[in-house]
Amino acid sequence: MTGQLVIYPLLLQLLLSIILMFSWSRISWQRVITVVGGFINIAVSFWLFAFIWNEGTQTIQAGNWAAPFGITFVADSLSATLVLLTAISGLAVSVFSASSIVAARLKYGYFPIFHFLLLGLNGAFLTGDVFNLYVWFEIIIISSFVLITLGGEKAQLEGAVKYFTLNILASMIFLTAIAVLYGLTGSLNMADLSLKVAAIENRGLVEITGILFLIAFGIKAAVFPLYFWLPDSYHTPPSAVSAIFAGLLTKVGVYALIRFFTLIFVDNAFLQDTILVMAILTLISGGLGALVQNNLRKVFSYLIICHIGFMIIGLGLFTEMAIAGAIFYLIHDIVVKTNLFMVSGLVYRITGTSSIRSLGGLYAQYPLLSLLIAIPLFSLVGIPPLSGFWPKISLITAAFELENWWAIGAILFASLITMVIIAKVWANIVWKDKPELPERSNFRYYEKLTKEGKIQLVAPIIFLSLISLYIGFGAEQVQQLSSRVASELMDRQQYIDAVFKSSQTTKP
Amino acid sequence: MIGVLYAAGIYMILRRSLVKLILGIIILGNGANLLIFLLGRITKGNPPIIPGDLKVFAEAYADPIPQALILTAIVISFGLQSFAIILIKRVYKVVKTDDIDEMNAIDQDS
Repeated sequence: MTGQLVIYPLLLQLLLSIILMFSWSRISWQRVITVVGGFINIAVSFWLFAFIWNEGTQTIQAGNWAAPFGITFVADSLSATLVLLTAISGLAVSVFSASSIVAARLKYGYFPIFHFLLLGLNGAFLTGDVFNLYVWFEIIIISSFVLITLGGEKAQLEGAVKYFTLNILASMIFLTAIAVLYGLTGSLNMADLSLKVAAIENRGLVEITGILFLIAFGIKAAVFPLYFWLPDSYHTPPSAVSAIFAGLLTKVGVYALIRFFTLIFVDNAFLQDTILVMAILTLISGGLGALVQNNLRKVFSYLIICHIGFMIIGLGLFTEMAIAGAIFYLIHDIVVKTNLFMVSGLVYRITGTSSIRSLGGLYAQYPLLSLLIAIPLFSLVGIPPLSGFWPKISLITAAFELENWWAIGAILFASLITMVIIAKVWANIVWKDKPELPERSNFRYYEKLTKEGKIQLVAPIIFLSLISLYIGFGAEQVQQLSSRVASELMDRQQYIDAVFKSSQTTKP
Repeated sequence: MIGVLYAAGIYMILRRSLVKLILGIIILGNGANLLIFLLGRITKGNPPIIPGDLKVFAEAYADPIPQALILTAIVISFGLQSFAIILIKRVYKVVKTDDIDEMNAIDQDS
């Protein structure tokens, strides 16, 4: 029973989307199914997580082929944590989208595609095979293309063209990198690759392959020279869609970077320096980009880029503490970013605009809601004791130990700039006097919604805010988790053993 | 030849026309597939079947994995390309241009 536990999250999502496909035209059924499915998904992921926490890394070999030959699924604590977080934000977004997305969009299969997206995400987190990772990436991007174009407004389609081209390009580069890697080693299993890449004599070729992977995942994760597609496309779809994109899609890139550069391409000073420089530039350019934007959702899009930098910088510093900080940041960021985009959706629903200039007066209208909005906003900045504060301490301490002043400077600069931006956003949305806005006809304002609709909008935000409060106040436990993940990542042998050991025991 | 395909594909992507963009993506995809094929060490006439009286391969054999990879990649890229073609048709109808430089509605603040 528990032996197959690793693929349960995958099977559940597949099952859900198939059931949803069958109830294609019954939208009210779809809403119920997806929310119930979301709860089951959290339960299953938590089960997996608890199991991994107690028993250590689990693997499963597809078709019982012994390790380097078959496709392996590996769940170590990093994967299990990310699957759990996917389930949490998945549930929040599905509740949010039940009322915030118009019925015309739901009719064209929003929910089935949404669950396919979650399926792809879970698959990418759990797989232990390079080519399989490529396939999961394709599932993710195909579903995200559909989600981003659904509705077919002008801005949406234009954003989609850019998103589409860059993502396909990233996939092609990824495929090229796999081809080169396969040519070098003759293997696709990550654990096997880790051993074989270390044994290759021609280090120059290994570096080039590493760079190819870095570019491919860098486009997905939106790091410095490769992020331009993100702010152009993320604010165009409905905010429920951008919430799941912001929370999870770029993080898959970060996950893949962490996985590859702690497992396969290790002990390579050149690659680490490249990652470090990219991270520093990402922090600075993302922050500066956000500073000049006037559309609320564009500001948040640039903040995504800026904060990807924090995770990548942990990887670039490459000490156990730095990676623990990066993992902690990853956990915090998934929750907060999903929440932020839902907040922007809520603000849009209340006022009918998302331009910062014409927003205002939220506090006078809805004091309690403003308090709620404050939680994700200020956790993002990392005002202690909220959740963004703790990982930054780890990162800065790690950089101090390495005496890497540039990294410290960039982290502090990015934090400062985030604070300025958030202060600006807060002052403009919440405290400024409400400017006169033309009443939009045909627009479902928040106050006109039914009580049920209001709860559907606010409940997921409360849910995620509680989780980020937990991350902030229960930081000790999360820190414990991320240090454990980091020590597992630094100790490659343990991952390799887990993959090969299980194959020996299952050999006929 | 793979180099030529890559170069042509990237050149096409860099053009401003949407149709050339799609063509570029298709060419690039084929280039990547051929690269996998090449790096999988092409061996002619030796299928990977172990003769009945042996336990291991006697000589160099054709590696089946690259072919499986290419098959998967072709199917995936076919799906993506058909989506892309629908997308540009839709974009052309809505935006009424196929020049990427003229698509800047998202840069104007709403």
